[in-house]
Amino acid sequence: MKVVYERPKTLEKVTNHYCPGCHHGILHALIAEVLDEMGLAEKAVGVAPVGCAVLAYNYLDIDWIEAPHGRAVAIATGIKLAHPDVLVFTYQGDGDAAAIGLAETMYGAIRGVNVTTFLYNNAIYGMTGGQMAPTTLLGMKTTTSPYGRDAKREGYPLKMAETIALQGGTAFSARTALFNPKMIMETKKRIRQVFELQMKGAGFTFLEVVGTCPTNWGMSPVDATKFAETEMVKTFPLGVYKELKEVE
Amino acid sequence: MTKDLVVAGFGGQGVMLLGQIIALAATEKGLNATWLPSYGPEQRGGTANCTVVVSDEEIASPLTDKPQFAVIMNNPSMAKFEPKMAAGGTLIYNSTLVTQVPARQDIKVVAIPANELAEQAGSARSANMVMLGVMAWVWRDVFTQEDLLTAMVHKVGDKRPQLLEINKKAFALGYEAAQKAI
Amino acid sequence: MSERILMKGNEAVGEAAVRAGCRLYFGYPITPASEIAEYMAYRLPQVGGTFVQAESEVSAVNMVYGAAAAGKYAMTASSSPGFSLMQEAISYMAGAEVPAVLVNVVRGGPGLGDIQPAQSDYFQMTKGGGHGDYRLLVFAPYTIQEVVNLMPTAYELAFKYRNPVVLALDGLIGQMMEAVEFTDFRNPDEIPIPEWAVSGKFRHGGKKNINTSLDLIPEKLEAHNWKLQKKYSEIEEKETRFSYFGVDNPETLVVAYGTVARVAMSALKKLLNAGRSIGILRPITLWPFPKQALAEKARHAKRIVVLEMSSGQMIEDVKLSVFDPNKQYEFYGHPGGVTFTPTEIEEYLVRG
Repeated sequence: MKVVYERPKTLEKVTNHYCPGCHHGILHALIAEVLDEMGLAEKAVGVAPVGCAVLAYNYLDIDWIEAPHGRAVAIATGIKLAHPDVLVFTYQGDGDAAAIGLAETMYGAIRGVNVTTFLYNNAIYGMTGGQMAPTTLLGMKTTTSPYGRDAKREGYPLKMAETIALQGGTAFSARTALFNPKMIMETKKRIRQVFELQMKGAGFTFLEVVGTCPTNWGMSPVDATKFAETEMVKTFPLGVYKELKEVE
Repeated sequence: MTKDLVVAGFGGQGVMLLGQIIALAATEKGLNATWLPSYGPEQRGGTANCTVVVSDEEIASPLTDKPQFAVIMNNPSMAKFEPKMAAGGTLIYNSTLVTQVPARQDIKVVAIPANELAEQAGSARSANMVMLGVMAWVWRDVFTQEDLLTAMVHKVGDKRPQLLEINKKAFALGYEAAQKAI
Repeated sequence: MSERILMKGNEAVGEAAVRAGCRLYFGYPITPASEIAEYMAYRLPQVGGTFVQAESEVSAVNMVYGAAAAGKYAMTASSSPGFSLMQEAISYMAGAEVPAVLVNVVRGGPGLGDIQPAQSDYFQMTKGGGHGDYRLLVFAPYTIQEVVNLMPTAYELAFKYRNPVVLALDGLIGQMMEAVEFTDFRNPDEIPIPEWAVSGKFRHGGKKNINTSLDLIPEKLEAHNWKLQKKYSEIEEKETRFSYFGVDNPETLVVAYGTVARVAMSALKKLLNAGRSIGILRPITLWPFPKQALAEKARHAKRIVVLEMSSGQMIEDVKLSVFDPNKQYEFYGHPGGVTFTPTEIEEYLVRG
């Protein structure tokens, strides 16, 4: 019998804590697959955020460090300078990377730190129970924008992939999603691309991944996935915003 | 032996440098030395001062509230430090710029026209080196002229020979003036 | 010992760190600590190291956190307001047992305060500073030479105990120049990467390392806390340092550290020459605090005089150490960045 798919070796055989219909699990699995395929698990260090992915270190069989809230890219900078031969990535939510950690994330791009940041954008604070995120859509109701996000009151959704793309030290910035198999394969392709770029020393690589939060959106897993596909992408268009073709 | 010295003047008169040269000369002789600057907003445009302590023992306090020696380069510094001088101390002042003549009777006062002598040497900016020459005489029990000149070259560098000549000349004029005055 | 150089305190901090094996420095400018960053920006590239000017003290200390968790000798330095910003990461590092050397060139506070020498961060440094139960090893050198001498020890102990170590200086030590002798260079390549470092599994036998301060199970977190406390007890037992100068059983015992102790030494020398029964105990480690030594020296003392450039912080530890209500405790201090003068201390000790 031919094996067509098997559990990635780097994905730990444990039950994760994510809610049904949440896309974090998919993103974890994709990163694990790429690490396996590239043979990089032995050389990888992950930086976990504060947020839903705080326990990411339990799910991938690589070295991990758990960063203070928002400080993942600063932590990653220290690790990368300590050991330039390791693959360093941060795995962060929108609150972690784009609110409290915006300065650190931006400076990863400005300084061109040779690490990768995965930003899981589900437009909400999941772990703390559904508060407004910097990426919360206009009109979206959260526990801290109970009347719906109003630009006059709460400002506008922050477009990270576009913003990061503008910075000089950015080697790659894109936004993908996980709402259908085609997008999942596209995301996997981009994960491989950013890891390859990092191993070539290209600079800061950034992959924003549009995901779901059925629990805090108050939707079924199916509806949440549909919402990501139809609504989220209107504010957060998918695509590659910066891509360094040649690495010096 | 423990001696202390306060050097005070405008920012830009090279008072910090003068103190550093003396501290360096002491270090190069194997003595202990501390140099303590006033720092912060004081440095910018206002008065600047530093305290140098030289000793053949371990130095306790690097700051002094009763200086034994002082080199005063302008009026505000005179106002600040004359009252603080230790009784029996030596106050040397730049008589070209300082119009407020010290009144205290219990200290030795030495007037040196530092700017005038510096101009004779080739640049008014070398007034601090005139005072270095003065200190070479005043502290002749600690330093030879060569000690201080060597430290000066180490501190200022010898890349601009013309400037170095002016500095050396200023030093010599200061030394000579001090010999006459004290 | 090799060269003897006239050097500014802040620069000596940098050079001593380089010689101890530090090749990674992360900093953010602040008076009166900026020269440490400036020196490292100039010096580290010469020895194959890296200097990063971070976007904030918050980021700088987290870069240190990352580099140290990866097993390297890293450093940051700041002054009081910047050091306050670092407290979050320091708490995490203590919790996750990450070693690092942090320098606080203390200035007057609270708030933006001023830029003059102070000792008003004593509580912050010795009692933890951030959230949670933890301690930092705090060295308070009083000469630039002592800064230089303590630097290799600071790194060794940070790694031995897997705990952040603080060098508590003040603007006066940072800004002054003094003749110092430097130790020889330690080759950073010869410093082993610890087994626990997050440095890629291939570096430590293929088993994954997780560095975290998180444990959501209270009983497990309690056990971790007791483990930390055991470590702190061991540090208290083995690493307490102090110096004493004066008569054996003084009637007047002075307690002071850092710059204040140094200024007080001038007064002490005079008073001892005049035949007074006096001595000064100088904590070299502010935590662990030299409790026993202090209690012993205080046994016959009538007066215990605590001098601090603060409104009275260390005096609490002095009282706890002596633990005798019948003693006369005196506090004499200057908060806000005002420095003691030798005469002032002498007069106070004579006058009472």
